[in-house]
Amino acid sequence: MELFSQNKVYDFMSKRNLFVSISLILIFLSLFSIFTKGFNWGIDFRGGIEIQVRFDKPVPISEVRKLISKEFKGANITTFGSPNEILIRLNVDQVSGDVQKSLGAEVKKLLSPLGNVDIRRVDIVGAKVGNELKEKGLKALVFAIVGILIYVAVRFEWRFAVASVLALMHDTIISLGAVSFFHIEVNLDVLAAVLTLMGYSLNDTIVVFDRIREQVRESSIRDLATLINDAISKTLSRTVLTSLTTFFVVLTLYLFGGEIIKPFSFTLLVGIIVGTYSSIFIASPLLIWLGFRIDDYRKRLMEIEKRKREKEKMRKMYEGGVV
Amino acid sequence: MKKLNYRLVIFLLATLFGIAFTIPSFIGKQPRVNLGLDLQGGMYLVLGVKTDEAIKNQIKTIASTIKYISQKKELFIDNLKIHGDKITFELIDKDDMKKMDEELKNIKGIKVQKQVKNGSVYYTISLTPQEIQRTKENAVKIAVQTIRSRLDAFGLAEPSVTRQGKDKIVVELPGIKTQKEKENVKKLISTAAHLELYLVDEEHRATTPAEAKKYGDILLPDKNNPKRMWLLKTPPVLDGSMITDATVGFTQKTNQPAIFFTLNSQGAQIFGDVTGKNVGKRLAIVVDNKVYSAPTIQERIGGGSGQITVGSPEEAHVLAIALRSGSLPAPVVLLEQRSVGASLGADSIRQSMIALISGFVIVVIFMAWYYGLAGIIADIALVTNLFLIIAIMAIFGATLTLPGMAGIVLTVGMAVDANVIINERIRELIRAGKPIKAAIEGGYKNAMSAILDANITTLIAAIALFAYGTGTIKGFAITMAIGILASMLTAILGTHGIWEYLLASGKKITPKHFGMKA
Repeated sequence: MELFSQNKVYDFMSKRNLFVSISLILIFLSLFSIFTKGFNWGIDFRGGIEIQVRFDKPVPISEVRKLISKEFKGANITTFGSPNEILIRLNVDQVSGDVQKSLGAEVKKLLSPLGNVDIRRVDIVGAKVGNELKEKGLKALVFAIVGILIYVAVRFEWRFAVASVLALMHDTIISLGAVSFFHIEVNLDVLAAVLTLMGYSLNDTIVVFDRIREQVRESSIRDLATLINDAISKTLSRTVLTSLTTFFVVLTLYLFGGEIIKPFSFTLLVGIIVGTYSSIFIASPLLIWLGFRIDDYRKRLMEIEKRKREKEKMRKMYEGGVV
Repeated sequence: MKKLNYRLVIFLLATLFGIAFTIPSFIGKQPRVNLGLDLQGGMYLVLGVKTDEAIKNQIKTIASTIKYISQKKELFIDNLKIHGDKITFELIDKDDMKKMDEELKNIKGIKVQKQVKNGSVYYTISLTPQEIQRTKENAVKIAVQTIRSRLDAFGLAEPSVTRQGKDKIVVELPGIKTQKEKENVKKLISTAAHLELYLVDEEHRATTPAEAKKYGDILLPDKNNPKRMWLLKTPPVLDGSMITDATVGFTQKTNQPAIFFTLNSQGAQIFGDVTGKNVGKRLAIVVDNKVYSAPTIQERIGGGSGQITVGSPEEAHVLAIALRSGSLPAPVVLLEQRSVGASLGADSIRQSMIALISGFVIVVIFMAWYYGLAGIIADIALVTNLFLIIAIMAIFGATLTLPGMAGIVLTVGMAVDANVIINERIRELIRAGKPIKAAIEGGYKNAMSAILDANITTLIAAIALFAYGTGTIKGFAITMAIGILASMLTAILGTHGIWEYLLASGKKITPKHFGMKA
């Protein structure tokens, strides 16, 4: 079984302006959504109280609202996945310290007229904790980006590093834009998903870049656009295959993993689509715009190769006892 | 024996290792993967330690010590007072200054300022910055130990108490599920159990804190009747750090539940001295700023033991554990509480297992269909990969959380990537007309740099997550990192070893085995 015709070289680079325009529009829309709509910060970041309850049969949500508002004013009440399952959200200051201690029992008592109710989860998170998490999350992101920049710059060349990090930011912004647009709740898991998709998108980009590096070293193509087309076409079946398998794994997670994991899997799903797209259509054109020159890089690679060989020779001589 | 190669041997060993250390997790033996609270239900608490209170307590203790030594050495002092984080007192005879300084030198971590005026010396005592630092640091450390030993004494299975950041403590209590258990545990953890003994000031009357301060006293409420206030002489004569044991029992006369406590030698001496000197007066027993009782001292109490009468046996039980395991040097406040019911835990396991297995099955079938024998070999590597992840997590005692499970699903997807890269390279070389053996060797060689670079960058992201993440995120990062390392071992080394073995054993391998048309 084979996906693509193997000897065909697809011309991606001639349409690079089109794709970059699409990306710029997407980025603009994402930023627009992020700045106007903002994020639906979850309890991890915002602080607050979240109580998840389950009834043994579906209950009218208006009844739940009526009973809860007897004790807690301004509670936010929604169903969670199924009509049996209800999520109650409160601000920390809506509930006095004494009640906080026995919140689960209190809610259970309030809702008991509606039938058998099971307290599934009680989360009380102070806003202070949330702020610390935001700060830590940001630090993790910066640390990851700097680490990646350094690694890729050392292993390839600075333009590859810049291009891969720009592609990374492209993927991250668009994914976050989708999270904002679809009002997905941002919790710690989503933060983990964002960092994972960064790793994933990078994975994809690096594989293509690795092929470009190899083509620079080994092929006789002198034109950068042609060389990139060649490299992308050669890695195309791998890119699509891996993306498809990962996509299906995450899709099963989204469909069957339960309500709690939905924000996480949604973020990843978007990330995989955008990451795959960017490694094919965005990362490589960036090399062209950054002024990547085949000849210079080839010279550098040759030098590295030469040095490696010399070292090897020296070692062999040394081991053979000649020196 | 020539057929075996080092890659295959390592892979087989890894497989055996993986299976051997995976089995305990499934039959409930150690070492096993701990299920996170989100997967099995339980309670998660973040506590903040009020380290400023520890400083105040330290100051109080020092004030008590100064009072005690000055009485013992017959150095006459007056107006011993605590102002926030400073102690001031007046040494009446300035000729005693040298002796006083000598005594103060024995108290560690304090800064002494003096002023001589009208024949007496005015002392101001404060803590040195290093001492403040040390006290805060210690307060958190001791709080962690204390909470841990309290939970152990309470008989809980596998509680985890860890420090987080500068002044926070994370407590994880798997298996705590009922409302009643939760209440008891919270009380147990947050009871400061700060025992102090004060002399009751029976000469003065005061109704406001300001009035009390005028006499150098404090007002504290009665435990049983919060409206009733007691006027107590500061500083306290004794504090709970001198308690060595506390047991639950009943008082002889009234048969009320009570806690019997024992003091260490220093405490016993002070207790004996104070009770001896104050026969006929009342001594208030104060726990966490509430007066439990204030019996009249009948006689000098030697031997260093006393009792606190308490309302109910359960209360006695909790308080005794708290006192025995030491008081918290600083009160803790509950910053965050998460509790997951048993039903949600069970649901999460079931749902993520469905997701994990179905995702895995899809990938396995797809690989076999697309690559033929090469796909099946990749599948073997995938299964070993899964075993390895579970085995390594079990050995490190890592906790598997819901995102952690997602991490596994994801690394399975990513592990496929290495195999796909290798197989695509091999196909390429076959297409270019290379003989199978050379194509396999070349495929692995060409694929290597891409796989390494891609995995290392992902690993960098995992390390960033681990370094700055907390709780669940850390768990996720660990699973991801282990998954990446395991996938490199199985996908690169393992599958290569199997091919080498097949080639060496003389099996004829054709392009068909790579899912290509013959």
